[in-house]
Formats: sequence, structure tokens, C-alpha cells
Amino acid sequence: MNDVAVIDYGMGNLRSVAKALEHVAQKDTRVVVSNDPQQIMNAARVVFPGQGAMRDCMKELQRLELDAVVRECVKSKPFLGICMGMQVLLDSSEENNGWPGLGIVQGKVLRFADNMTDATGARLKVPHMGWNQVRQARAHALWQDIPDQSRFYFVHSYYAQPSDHNLVAGLTSYPTEFTSVIARDNVFAVQFHPEKSERHGLALLSNFLHWNGAV
Amino acid sequence: MGLAKRIIPCLDVDNGRVVKGVRFVELRDAGDPVEIAQRYNDAGADELTFLDITASSDERATMLHVVEEVASRVFIPLTVGGGIRNISDIRRMLNAGADKVGINTAAVANPEFVKEAAERFGSQCIVVAVDAKQIPPQPSLFKGGIPRWQVFTHGGRKTTGIDVIEWARKMTAYGAGEILLTSMDRDGTKSGFDIALTRAVSEAVSVPVIASGGVGNLDHLVAGILEGKADAVLAASIFHFGEYTIAQAKQRMAECGIEVRV
Repeated sequence: MNDVAVIDYGMGNLRSVAKALEHVAQKDTRVVVSNDPQQIMNAARVVFPGQGAMRDCMKELQRLELDAVVRECVKSKPFLGICMGMQVLLDSSEENNGWPGLGIVQGKVLRFADNMTDATGARLKVPHMGWNQVRQARAHALWQDIPDQSRFYFVHSYYAQPSDHNLVAGLTSYPTEFTSVIARDNVFAVQFHPEKSERHGLALLSNFLHWNGAV
Repeated sequence: MGLAKRIIPCLDVDNGRVVKGVRFVELRDAGDPVEIAQRYNDAGADELTFLDITASSDERATMLHVVEEVASRVFIPLTVGGGIRNISDIRRMLNAGADKVGINTAAVANPEFVKEAAERFGSQCIVVAVDAKQIPPQPSLFKGGIPRWQVFTHGGRKTTGIDVIEWARKMTAYGAGEILLTSMDRDGTKSGFDIALTRAVSEAVSVPVIASGGVGNLDHLVAGILEGKADAVLAASIFHFGEYTIAQAKQRMAECGIEVRV
């Protein structure tokens, strides 16, 4: 049995995440979308997606008593955070006038500045929306078969800034580099949406389904 | 190196079938949304937009089925517009696998709907579609010959009296995460985007703007981005009829110094 649990706390495009996982999963892998703590704890690996705002995410996690489940899962299982599922891992966010996260990864979540411009002077829009490149800051099992500087689909106005630079596994420019991937032991967290990033996104999800959690 | 400009093919869907004629070479059934979506995905489209032009509510259930089918096989962002009137319409579309919904007439009828939708589902999935028409300068509105545009609804048939720039700003303030801007003057003409309109809106708002209406050749796409300052370009017929491929469009854009995903 090789169950992968997609944590359902009512935020965002769970269905898309589940469909993409099913697309790359082998026959013996079952994808379960669940808010049941026991079912999530029993799964071999866990995907933590999310969209929306920090405050709503935290409130829903707490209401469903899933915050404790996440804290437990990050200790041992292969764990993939996506978008808000990455940001919620940090200590706090500037969003909603400052809101605490789960504090699993030390650091903050910051908002892109207004009136940013690129090298040509063109205005950079917020949300940062579309296909941008990820520079692989270090080797990792989840980068297998994915060329460095591949493009993934992003849509977000806030980004994570971990205190420990050693945890940065991917960087993206907008216009300066921000952390688009965090990796620590069995935890891998991405700001982009692998489930919407075509072949490279599917490759990453497939790698995750084969990952034993070792770096 | 950085964020790529997006090319978004737009497909009109009526009762579960893509209409307005999509003619791919070597495609057995050119009306099947899943097959067409797959083909565009393989060709390198950055996103897909489905416009539900179905008239009856019965047939909207068919649209949900189309979205489900496409979303389980095509893994790029998917926007669905047309007939999105309330919160439960949005929830159904997102649950079916859409990533964003386009809201047009319902936003004009009740701007608070956009605010409510953005708060509930996040700005990232709320696209406000704006149909714009240039209005002749009138003595009372005349501002030194600067062109002005008004918001139209019902496929460009009904005027609202709302100024497009003010409307785009307002919708952004209400939580729209993106503006899909269509020039009704140019739509179907193949004479190129309304560049002045596109640029005016793009410079007025902080969120990404998708230019739409009037594409007849690849240079129009380039102009929409370089002169119109659009973040993405939407086109239908030039791709549907095989006049140009997505790859050709990206090549031309890249030659002109535009960052694209290849």
C-alpha cells in the first residue's frame, strides 16, 4: 500500500492536485483527498496544497484540528507543501496585517513590493502570475529529470523567506531572487503549482511519489 | 530571464462542443473540447480559456463535465467564463477542475459579487472580463482628445455608461486577480489589438492584463505585449484555423525580445 493523502482543509484547488497525482501515480498508489486526521496519519506520504489567505488557512486548519496532524507528518513522512501549503509552514506572514503560521520552518512570508520594475523599466504586476524559472539551488531527489531553470506556473502575491539559507532548494527572479522551493529532510515545499506546470510539474509529482524522504 | 508572457487560446463551448470551428490538421473530431485542449497543451499553450456560450441552464451541467474531463488530462491553468453569476457557480467550476473563473455581466450587475468571490476563493482565481468599446468624444466627456472607452455587457450589445479605466481600477480594488480585456471594436476584425486601450488599462492597474480582440497575425501579438504592455495575449481564430501554430507565435515573440516559455 502506497497511499498519498491530499490534505483537504477547504482551501483551493484540491481537485487539480489530486487529478495530477492520479495521472502520474502507479497502480498500487491510491490518492485520497481527506480531512480525517487518522487517514492522513496512515498515509505513506502527504501533500499539503492551499490557496487563499494566511488567516483563513490557519483558521481552517485549527478548526479541523489538522494543524497538529501537519506538525506530526512533517516529522517523518515524505511531505510536499504547495503554494499556501508552503507559506503556512513558516513562523508568520505579512498577510492580513501579520498572522502567525505553523512555525515548522523558521522565517517569514513577505509581500512583493508595489511598483516593482524589470530591467527594461516595465512594471511588474502583483500577483506574480504565470510561468517563471526555478534555479535549482541545490541537488535534490525531487529535481530528477527536471532541467535546471525549468519554468513552472506561479500565482501568488506573497513569498517565503526562510531564516536558514541552507533550506533554500529553488530560487526565482521577480525581479530579485526569492525562495521558490524549501527543502528540509523529508519536507519539500514549492511556491509554484506543479499540478498546473505541465511536464515538469508532473515530473516533480512523480518524483515525490517515488521519494523515500531522504535528501 | 524571468516571468514569461503568456499565450492563451480561447475556445467557445456550446452544449459541450467547441464551436466557431476549430480546424486542426489531423484531428479526427475538431469539436471535442478534451481533444482540442490536449492538442493546444502539446503545442505549448500557456493556459486555456473556455467560454461557455450555452444559453440554457440545463446545458451548464454539460460544461461542468467538459471542465472535469479537460482538467483530468491537461495540466495547465484553465479559465472558464460565461454564465458565472453567483458563488455556487464559482464553487462548482473550481471543484470541477477550473483554476480561474471569468466574471463579466454579473460583475457589472453587482460589483460586490467580485469582492465576495475574491474573499471566498482568493483573488488568484477571479478574472474580471471587460468588454470595451471606444466612445466618440462628446463635449461633456471630451478631455483634450484622449480616447475613452465604455464597458459593454451581453457580448457588446448593452452599454453601461461605465468608464473602462475606472472600472478596471475598481475591480482590482475589489479583488480581481487579473483583467481579461476585450476590444469590441476590434473583435473579429483581424486588424490587431486596440493598443491604446490595452496600454491604458495595463498602466492603470497593478494586476496582470490579458489583451483580447482583433488578432490577425503574429505581429499583433507582439504589439499587444510591447506596445500594449499586456501580460498575456488571448487569441482564437488564428490558432483554430491553423493559420499559425503556438510555436510560431512564441518564436516571433522571442525574436522580438519577449520572454516566452518554450
